Amino acid sequence: MNQAVSRAGQASKPKLGVFKFASCDGCQLSILNLEDDLLALGQALDIAYFPEASSDMKPGPYDIVLVEGSITTEEDTHRIRSVREQAKVLVTIGACATAGGIQALRNWADVEAFKQVVYPSPEYIHSLSSSTPISEHVHVDFELWGCPIDKGQLLRILTDVVAGIQPCLPTESVCMECKRRGTVCVLVAKAMPCLGPVTRAGCGAICPSMGRDCYGCFGPSEGSRAGPGFPPNTASLAKQFHSGLQLIPVEVLRRFRGVNGYAPSFREESNAWEKKT
Amino acid sequence: MHVHEGKLIDMANPYLIHPATIIEKIREAEDIHTFRLRLNDEKARRSFRFTAGQFNMVYLFGVGEVAISIISDPDESESLGHTIRSVGRVTSAVAQLQAGETLGIRGPFGQGWPLDEACGRNVVIVTGGLGCAPVVGAIEYMLRRRRHYGSIKVIHGVKTPRDLLYHERFETWGKQADTEVLLASNRPDETWRHHVGVVTDLFEHVLIDPAKTMVLMCGPEIMMRLGVPILMKRGIPATAIYVSLERHMECGIGLCGHCQLGPYFLCKDGPVMRYDLVEPWLGRVGV
Amino acid sequence: MREIGVTAVASEIGILSRSDFQRFFDILCSKEYRIVGPTVRDGAAVWETIRHVSDLPIGWRDHQEPGRYRLEQTGSKEIFGVVHGPQSLKPFVFTPREPLLQIERSRDGFIARPTPPQREKVAVIGARACDLAGLTIQDQIFLQGEYQDGYYATRREGLFIIAVNCTRALQTCFCTSMDTGPRAKNGFDLALTEVGDQLLVEAGSEAGAELLSALSLSPATHKAIAEAAARVDACAQSQVRRLDRTRLPQALYDAHEHPRWDDVSARCLACANCTMVCPTCFCHKVEEAPDLTRQRTEHARLWDSCFTQEHGHIHGKNIRPTIKDRYRMWMTHKLASWLDQFGTSGCVGCGRCITWCPVGIDLTEELASLVSSSSSARA
Repeated sequence: MNQAVSRAGQASKPKLGVFKFASCDGCQLSILNLEDDLLALGQALDIAYFPEASSDMKPGPYDIVLVEGSITTEEDTHRIRSVREQAKVLVTIGACATAGGIQALRNWADVEAFKQVVYPSPEYIHSLSSSTPISEHVHVDFELWGCPIDKGQLLRILTDVVAGIQPCLPTESVCMECKRRGTVCVLVAKAMPCLGPVTRAGCGAICPSMGRDCYGCFGPSEGSRAGPGFPPNTASLAKQFHSGLQLIPVEVLRRFRGVNGYAPSFREESNAWEKKT
Repeated sequence: MHVHEGKLIDMANPYLIHPATIIEKIREAEDIHTFRLRLNDEKARRSFRFTAGQFNMVYLFGVGEVAISIISDPDESESLGHTIRSVGRVTSAVAQLQAGETLGIRGPFGQGWPLDEACGRNVVIVTGGLGCAPVVGAIEYMLRRRRHYGSIKVIHGVKTPRDLLYHERFETWGKQADTEVLLASNRPDETWRHHVGVVTDLFEHVLIDPAKTMVLMCGPEIMMRLGVPILMKRGIPATAIYVSLERHMECGIGLCGHCQLGPYFLCKDGPVMRYDLVEPWLGRVGV
Repeated sequence: MREIGVTAVASEIGILSRSDFQRFFDILCSKEYRIVGPTVRDGAAVWETIRHVSDLPIGWRDHQEPGRYRLEQTGSKEIFGVVHGPQSLKPFVFTPREPLLQIERSRDGFIARPTPPQREKVAVIGARACDLAGLTIQDQIFLQGEYQDGYYATRREGLFIIAVNCTRALQTCFCTSMDTGPRAKNGFDLALTEVGDQLLVEAGSEAGAELLSALSLSPATHKAIAEAAARVDACAQSQVRRLDRTRLPQALYDAHEHPRWDDVSARCLACANCTMVCPTCFCHKVEEAPDLTRQRTEHARLWDSCFTQEHGHIHGKNIRPTIKDRYRMWMTHKLASWLDQFGTSGCVGCGRCITWCPVGIDLTEELASLVSSSSSARA
């Protein structure tokens, strides 16, 4: 794979492009927050297109493209295709690009009604009725989960892609990170409705280590073969929230309908609890 | 350099990796290459001893390690041969390397083929796909000691002719005294001069003296599960059938827990196992 | 009989009042041990470096049941009222992440240098009999096979273990049926039994005997020893859970197609908590962590689990894709094939996998279901 990227890198630095769709810019900020590592990144890559960081915008094609944000407008559905055409390797960064983001809550609501309530002149708003992940529109090579993404994972994926190596990101549960760092389980010891058991590792289990329950910002664990019998077993955890932790159905629904609520296994789980509310 | 009984393993630190230079890269098929490696340290090179069927942990800097069987002749000490199919993260990256570049080696590990026990007996070698790699060293070892062994029959199956590796070796082996090579392809093209069908069909084409025969087998587990009963029906006891098995391995030294098959750790109890021992576990879902 | 447990080194059993327990700490400090003991943090008992008796969870008790752990302050002066937290002794020796090698690019390709852990004397106060049994099993895996693990060995050599005999069983405890507790039989340097406001101290090793004599305690009376022994016995008898080992490993091998696996896999999250808290689970993976320049890389091992997707990978396919496959792998290994591999069960009866399972799966209950209906001919 990606031999072109790696071999081209020896002659001239691989070109990096960073594109934004519907998002809060937090994941792009994670890149700027790399600090010293950003300088090293600048030495390994030609940061050719990154409007958030520099007004010097070079045209494509790009060896690696990072895409932040979800698709929420008709115009974006065209723009993402053109971005894909310019990208050798396309990596989505964050919950919005990878799963539709918090704005995907609109997928369960009436966007027209929102427009009428929020805007004085709703006719100027040209918005799709849904927020969808990039992978519903174009082929995505790799996905970085998180809200925001983890800096370490970003660096690993970039250095691996530049070197022509398949990136290796964890798919296991957040619980493994909690236990490795010696964090006491907030679900078992404090009855908090933690999503860690069904959420993908990668954040370093930040929330439980601060005494908070994981809200699933790294998306469902595994998920390559979602469905009954395969992890993540959201149904069993949801049942425990309800019968063990005494959450009422709408509270269970809300646990799963967060920033990654539109990721298939979380979506199906919240839909199942919608029927019980 | 740390060497223990001809192994390139520091007993105080079996995790230590030793650099080896790629001296030749041979393209065997679409995504399969054979790498000839030469340990950089001369002392290590001279004392490295292995038996056919053992494996090394092959390491690529910055990427990781993968367990790969050694295909070269155990008598050849100057270089080590590894045939690698690019399927995973490490092997795909290794496939991009060229002669002159560096890999790392830890090993050898595991139990090889019982070639001493096979002395004086007829040997039938049954392989499928890339399963021919772990027996190459064994075949060459036996052919080099031809008079110690009875008849040798090499039976090998591939999906398509393009999957056939080691053309020259098969041809050379077939010309040796009392040595037969039988090939099968179940998706042949017009160039295929051998049997059309699966490897187990070829059992009917060979004479087997069950009391005097030992079988060495390597390939997909389904081939073993289907093939062994046919051989046993021909009278070969399960105790005379040896199979080389594959599981994921992280450490190679029986500690990481990944390579279990029932009660066995294939990295130290295998990869070559006597069939009667593993028979209860093969084909069990999830084992 | 002048012993509470069955000690390896015959010596007097000393007695010390709770109020004098700080002397213990002072002597360990003077011998340059870092002292580690249970402390209350985030609602559970967690190992921390401590200096004073007051750092221990005095007056606290733990209540454990499937999927639930709670601490309660009783207001008593009891020092060892908390039986255990999520951590066994495992993290001290088989650490969650252990750097193995530092590898640098060089003219010759690369140079790999081992990164052995620093030698350190660590005195752990408060290990339970089940923890000792777990450590013995890990010793067998990492130190007694063909290859010795130097990283583990270095950490292990520095351990000085002060065990505590259990006088209170949790709802989740079943060490009696695993024959691993509640009495510390071996594998400790010193063992304590808390009886009223006194601590009985016995030595289990040369090093322990040396420390015991340095403490110059007055010998325990027959009455005190008998009372301590009676409390430990009562603890054994009070256990409500048991694991029936009589027909293992075969009964579990025979249960491979049992419908109960489907039942438990509907509940199991495959989150791996059970394997992380298990004192004996030893699976690990090796990760390669290169720096940005790819001139230097760290080769480290990391706790892994048979509940992860990657664990069952072989070149392009997965032999254990389902939760059912993984739970069955874990339990069959722990309770059955472990016996074939190491001559002992992989379970020590600590009950941690029951407590720390977010959905409260109880392996004793699962085993009972799996092996009962597969054979009705049981006495």
